[in-house]
Amino acid sequence: MLMGRVVGTVWSTRKEPSLEGIRFLMVRPFTTGREEAQDVVVAGDVIGAGVGETVLVAFGRAARTTLGSQDIGWQAAVVGIVDAISLQDGSTFELGPNGERIPTP
Amino acid sequence: MFTGRVIGEIWATRRHATLEGFKLLLVEPYEVATRAPGGRKQGLVVAADAVDAGVGDEVIVAYGRAGRVALGGNHDIAVEAAIVGVVDAHSGPELA
Repeated sequence: MLMGRVVGTVWSTRKEPSLEGIRFLMVRPFTTGREEAQDVVVAGDVIGAGVGETVLVAFGRAARTTLGSQDIGWQAAVVGIVDAISLQDGSTFELGPNGERIPTP
Repeated sequence: MFTGRVIGEIWATRRHATLEGFKLLLVEPYEVATRAPGGRKQGLVVAADAVDAGVGDEVIVAYGRAGRVALGGNHDIAVEAAIVGVVDAHSGPELA
């Protein structure tokens, strides 16, 4: 699974029929050193994530379980929306719409 | 599978119901120090914890069905990466 920020939405009309009804989000994964990857993952979403939110993305069977069926031509899905992250230095924070850290008490 | 270090813990209340009860940890994969320069460092991986690992631990992560076996064998969960071991020591190339 990876964690990343939702940076956009993808619309597609001509698609494989099993993909009907799934929202597609563009997610930019976080990498080490607080950077964001250049590559973007397209993930199906039934959790209700929006642009700017930090999400968890799972792949394969785990993704299709979230989307409700194993018989769909799809591989990546949002499985959760991140509330807070705590790091080894003891800091706990939420992530703002631009990936900025907002300390939590 | 790969080894890495746990650098954080993640909380998510809006999530797929099958994630309930799992500790989600943020793992920074190790890069073999001898790897050619310019090689891109892998991204961070989020893994469910099967062995009571904690922040700062060196761990082994498995993917897919293997990971879910370690988490109890239910394959209808929204998890595809799991921490399956804590590293005591290793030989071979330096990891960083």
